[in-house]
Amino acid sequence: MPDIVIQTRELSKRFGAFVAVDKITFDVKSGEIFGFLGANGAGKTTAMRMLSGLSHPTSGAATVAGFDVFTQPEEIKRTIGYMSQKFSLYEDLTVRENITFFGGVYGLSNQAIKEKSDQLIEQLGLQAEVKKLVGSLPLGWKQKLAFSVAMIHDPRIVFLDEPTGGVDPLTRRQFWDLIYAAADRGVTIFVTTHYMDEAEYCHRVSIMVDGAIKALDTPRNLKQTFNAPTMDAVFYQLARGAQRTAD
Amino acid sequence: MNQLLSFIRKEFLHVLRDRKTLLILFGLPIVQILLFGFALTNEVRNANIVIIDDARDVASREIIGMISASRSFRVREAQGGHSSIDEMFRSGGVKLVVLFPANFNNDLMHAQRARVQIIADASDPNTASTLTTYVSAIIADYQKSTVQSIALPFSISTQVRMLYNPQLKGAPNFVPGVMALVLMLVCVMMTSIAIVREKELGTMEILLVSPFRPMLVIVAKVVPYLLLSLVNVATILVLSTYVLDLPVQGSILLLFGVSTVFILTSLALGLLISTITNSQQSAMLFSMMGMLLPTVLFSGFMFPIENMPIPLQVISNLVPARWYYTIVKAVMIKGLGITSIWRELLVLVAMTVVLVVISVRKFKVRLA
Repeated sequence: MPDIVIQTRELSKRFGAFVAVDKITFDVKSGEIFGFLGANGAGKTTAMRMLSGLSHPTSGAATVAGFDVFTQPEEIKRTIGYMSQKFSLYEDLTVRENITFFGGVYGLSNQAIKEKSDQLIEQLGLQAEVKKLVGSLPLGWKQKLAFSVAMIHDPRIVFLDEPTGGVDPLTRRQFWDLIYAAADRGVTIFVTTHYMDEAEYCHRVSIMVDGAIKALDTPRNLKQTFNAPTMDAVFYQLARGAQRTAD
Repeated sequence: MNQLLSFIRKEFLHVLRDRKTLLILFGLPIVQILLFGFALTNEVRNANIVIIDDARDVASREIIGMISASRSFRVREAQGGHSSIDEMFRSGGVKLVVLFPANFNNDLMHAQRARVQIIADASDPNTASTLTTYVSAIIADYQKSTVQSIALPFSISTQVRMLYNPQLKGAPNFVPGVMALVLMLVCVMMTSIAIVREKELGTMEILLVSPFRPMLVIVAKVVPYLLLSLVNVATILVLSTYVLDLPVQGSILLLFGVSTVFILTSLALGLLISTITNSQQSAMLFSMMGMLLPTVLFSGFMFPIENMPIPLQVISNLVPARWYYTIVKAVMIKGLGITSIWRELLVLVAMTVVLVVISVRKFKVRLA
């Protein structure tokens, strides 16, 4: 049995009377690409914030990389990487300055930062752009750079919050090559997305509706269970019953 | 430590790369000092006045000579006599008319009583009262010079000494005011914008997910602006000494010390604004309305606080700039030491502590 890196048991988050996340239970295995699907307002972001140590759960239990989300959020932060839809790079800094800054934030030594940035720049083929401001790069490159920056401290788990929002299909496909490469190195990928073609790329997929997980399996099994031709159809069948509207 | 340093370096890069902001940061104090020093001044110079002399005698000529010699006035010829006075004021340009009636010298010498009429355009009351005071003073001077020969049995002579500012220059009043204004503006607006920008960009989230401690985010944001503001203080003091001829009378070290305290107060305010706003625009608006206006109105630098109604005087106590302004005036103009300003300093320190505690707490609550 491969080791489990994320484990939740009836994890819940309430804001007053509103139950944002309702007793979710799942395991994510090491090196797995785990798709976390749900309509807007289904509670994906809240769940992700709890797992990344940004938000305290109301009840239940969860461990990330063996650390307890209640008592060891700082240890969790050190072992995970995080990338959001906004790419979150500083547009008025150059490529190298961005890498150096995030390396510094994660406490890498100057020597390690130097080696890491050279390595990253070569991997991404950005040698000619090192001294350019990030703001002048095309979207696809920004996105790849943001992903690499999220991986700068060699995290065991990477959380990707709608990483491909607003990007064209070709660039999305290239981005998934990066994700596969990382997974091959044994990094666990926890990814939320709105694109159902991307759901097909995941090893396993969970679908959240109204704060609860309504389905969790491989894309192939889900399609069989719901007797649907595509993940799109599976998602539609489940999300149709949602009571909540987008927030 | 390494983490903090790379963060501070990044903040400096932001500031240095943004040319427009840089221009505002360093141009603002220079422009303000030059503006207040040479353009916006309460001193009246070269006011157009008209003298109608119906007397044309020794006394009137002499007084007219004295008025013409003053730098405050530019004396114009009267055209058209008495009937045109209204027209002169209405067409603008003329601020004051001095009228000597016929037989002026005769009345002065024999009737012991001579009249001069001074008519001023009081649509601008400050200028009007300043000008009439000047003219009255000149006439009084003349009178003194004439009565010197005639020995009066008794007389009261007043000896006036204008302490700290013998020439009644405007600079001693506005330099401390500009310092308060510039620091308030730079610190509050720049910090709040710098933090809110990270929220807007989504980078704040990344920072919060990183092991970097939120407290250090605040420290790293604040350090560059603290240093830049101290550079601003130095710029203003240099300009004031060499361009406005107003050197620091007291301890420069003390002045920088209290400025640092005031800068920290302003930075804490900026931090507070950043916790309650979500866009750069609203942060800017908040800083302008919430900070700039009270600073101008209630620091005592434009409008004397003693003349305000009691409720407004009470409100003015809440404005940090008021205390800083008082301290800077004491140290810079009067040359006083810490023993005379410790009360004001204590108020400022207390305000800083309270603001820091509130804003740090609010900053942390946002993370939960």
